[in-house]
Amino acid sequence: MTDHGTDSQDRPGSRDGASPDGASTAGADSIPTDGHDGDHDGDHAGAGLLAIRGLSVSYRTRTGPLPAVQGVDLDVEPGEIVALVGESGSGKSTLAHAIVGLLPAGGHIDAGSVRFGGRDLATLSERELRAIRGARIGLVPQDPTVSLNPVKRIGVQVAEVLRIHRLATRRSAPLEAVALLERAGLAEPEIRARQYPHELSGGMRQRALIAIAIAAQPKMIIADEPTSALDVTVQRLILDHIQHLADELGTAVLLVTHDLGVAADRARRIAVMSQGRIVESGPTAQILDSPRDPYTQRLLRSAPSLALIRAIPPARTAPPARTAPPARTAPPAHAVPRARTSPSAAAEPSGAAERPLVVVDNLVKEFPLPRTAGGSARTLRAVSDVSFTVNRGETLALVGESGSGKSTTARLVLRLVDPTAGRIVLDGDDVTAARGARLRRLRRQAQIIYQNPYASLDPRFSIKEVITEPLRAFGVGDRASRTARARDLLDRVALPASVLERRPAELSGGQRQRVAIARALALAPQLVVCDEPVSALDASVQAQVLELLAELQADTGVAYLFISHDLAVVRQIAHRVAVMRAGQIVETGPTDDLFTSPRHDYTRALLEAIPRWSQQRQAASPGDGKPTGIGGRHT
Amino acid sequence: MRRYVIRRLAQAAGVLWAAYTLSFLVLDYLPGDPVSAMAGAGMDSSAIDPARLEELKGQYGFDKPVLVQYVDYLGSALRGDFGDSVSTGRPVTSVIADALPQTLQLTGAALLLATLLGGGLALVATYTSQRWLRQALLSLPSLGVSIPTFWVGLMIVQLFSFRLRLFPAFGNDGLRGLVLPAVTLAVPTGAMVAQVLAKSLLTALDEPYVQTARAKGAGRARVHLGHALRNASLPALTVIGLLVGQLMANAVVIETVFARNGLGRITAAAVSVQDLPVVQGVVVFGALVFVLVNLVVDLIYPLLDPRVVVAATVRRSPA
Repeated sequence: MTDHGTDSQDRPGSRDGASPDGASTAGADSIPTDGHDGDHDGDHAGAGLLAIRGLSVSYRTRTGPLPAVQGVDLDVEPGEIVALVGESGSGKSTLAHAIVGLLPAGGHIDAGSVRFGGRDLATLSERELRAIRGARIGLVPQDPTVSLNPVKRIGVQVAEVLRIHRLATRRSAPLEAVALLERAGLAEPEIRARQYPHELSGGMRQRALIAIAIAAQPKMIIADEPTSALDVTVQRLILDHIQHLADELGTAVLLVTHDLGVAADRARRIAVMSQGRIVESGPTAQILDSPRDPYTQRLLRSAPSLALIRAIPPARTAPPARTAPPARTAPPAHAVPRARTSPSAAAEPSGAAERPLVVVDNLVKEFPLPRTAGGSARTLRAVSDVSFTVNRGETLALVGESGSGKSTTARLVLRLVDPTAGRIVLDGDDVTAARGARLRRLRRQAQIIYQNPYASLDPRFSIKEVITEPLRAFGVGDRASRTARARDLLDRVALPASVLERRPAELSGGQRQRVAIARALALAPQLVVCDEPVSALDASVQAQVLELLAELQADTGVAYLFISHDLAVVRQIAHRVAVMRAGQIVETGPTDDLFTSPRHDYTRALLEAIPRWSQQRQAASPGDGKPTGIGGRHT
Repeated sequence: MRRYVIRRLAQAAGVLWAAYTLSFLVLDYLPGDPVSAMAGAGMDSSAIDPARLEELKGQYGFDKPVLVQYVDYLGSALRGDFGDSVSTGRPVTSVIADALPQTLQLTGAALLLATLLGGGLALVATYTSQRWLRQALLSLPSLGVSIPTFWVGLMIVQLFSFRLRLFPAFGNDGLRGLVLPAVTLAVPTGAMVAQVLAKSLLTALDEPYVQTARAKGAGRARVHLGHALRNASLPALTVIGLLVGQLMANAVVIETVFARNGLGRITAAAVSVQDLPVVQGVVVFGALVFVLVNLVVDLIYPLLDPRVVVAATVRRSPA
């Protein structure tokens, strides 16, 4: 990943030019870069805004203390943006919360100091910390949809900060709250202040939370994954606004993120965290262009928003459906389970290959809305006139933001929801109104992989029971042959047979999603709907699971209807892409065409929402916008 | 909103009709009839003139076919006439009206005590940072739920009336007489309120919005009372609505234990002598109270949680 010389040269220059105090940058940067010798740096603390030295945090568990943060040093200078990057479980959130003493139950600071404005926050009492929280350090939480009190009006919640710290009177607080909401970038702030959280979109709620964080004009804001729960186009606006406010108010920002692309775009300095330690820190350009630590290098390779510039296997560029099935390079042994379920497999090469596996015609789904006072019944058109086809062995990606109707469309195809109008044909069989035995046949041919592997596996089942449940449901085989099938499937998803008797809770997220994939494939279906299958996983695990999906497709000829909001993921897996917005498909096309020459404005907006840094890299990379040219180097 | 209330009232009418019909069928299925039971009470039944018995049965309509009886009684019940008590001859409505104030006092006081004590216990248990105190307080409700009401009553009477002589053990005389039965009745109810509220408070305190409040610099009391309590109160409110039914049922036992004249005593007496009209009147009245209380509870929901839309006609929300 270090072969982008041209572009790395102009990066630091432009960044320094943009920063208000370019002269001091170099000096500030040097402190943390070479800073694991905590004692030595101790007397530096007065200079910076925040100076963490040798901080260790652990959680009490039944099996003894579990270290989450170990001997971390971190500095934040006044007014600068520092990104703390790491995967889930790296301890980055724990570190961020330990600063303001907001550790979850069982969390405890074991050692180290957190010097902020001349005081060691680690030694303050709860009462003293309260005077810091909200007033001196603001916190923008991770998920805006659950971080506002649902039973209180927005304005009241913003005004509460001012009231707690006695920065406003009962009279003036509501007015100031409105001004703060406006400052946080909310249109019509007077109306928003009177609304409840559920009446606002996720992006609007995050702006309200930003208003809360900046209310008391704190010296520092800790932003803990502030956009990971938001749509991509909204993400960028929110980050822009945080950056803008930080500049305007001279507030420092500690930006906690799993996305190196986001960090690269926003931060002056980056600290990379792994397994409770900061493995590398330094100026952004240095981290990106010459990462020293192997972990940073790996993170750089798999960063989701950077993945666009990654190699894409050549096979992905042409849908295999265009080539006849025999031409597929799948070993015969792997083709067996497929032949077992589709009796027409023998005839397939001649005629069936031409016929799409799934045909969806003018699909419409309307949901009734609550009656308004005196109004007549209204409906929400979640899916509006959607038509597409999925060929055998092909991956069609449905891309869109939340509320675009992509998940509803997937559920319609699976007949988990009944359509209001339109037609769904699976393998030549019109299943739009299928009931009873025909519906059960559809259930057998079409399976689903859900977004959250933490929720989609029954915690009381063993892995064997999870995988064999579809087989039991359809009465396939006897106990012994089902177990053999489960073992075979586990092997296919690269899990050892030893997990058969374990419970989902004993597996990692990536392993669980592999189990979910094995379950989906148990009945050898022709279609698997993947509903955001990797968005709950860490970046490096995402890449592995996507590869697995691609391999399984090559082996079994299964077709995927792949639902995602993440264009980078889609680019890696899909043959064709359909972009959805407000219930309609606005653009459909082969993946490469769509990425290189998007025709619809909305597609362009989605592409632009990908962090700029990676776009610049992409533009600068050889082959100019044809990243497939790098080809074949995928791990 | 008005449409919703009207619909709910229509549903309530349906529930009342079902309660009436069900109680009629059950009582009809029981062997014997009230006239024979009444005539047999206290004297030798052979001494009764059979002709006189038939005459009495005809007077109350017990000689007619079941269906005709049902229609007759339902018709007059719709006009507010539940007939006359077989044992006393007084109109059922006035029997209920006479006993009602005593029972209302008892159940009302018990409900208030249960809410205050149960809610207070839940608040303190979840607020305290002393682990042992929290554990101790949280183990009380399950104890309160599992002890039989009559036993609690007897123990309380033993202690406060016979030993300490603080309150009268029996009777209806004023506020002092109300204390012991109300406390007894409140124990299981308050325990359930405490269990549900403590559970939902602990859940609410784990929610991210509480973290947001703490990040604002809010103190424990503000977080607890200002943020968590209102969110946690909905399940507790639901339980309180349902517990009204249980309170009325327990009042039967309590009024017997404490020898209070109230609906419970009347019910117990009416059942033992098969005073059909009174039993039916009480059943329908109980159903009415239950339905109305739960309607009020449903109307309070949207005041506590703006996300609850009372007039919702949505069958399934969009995925």
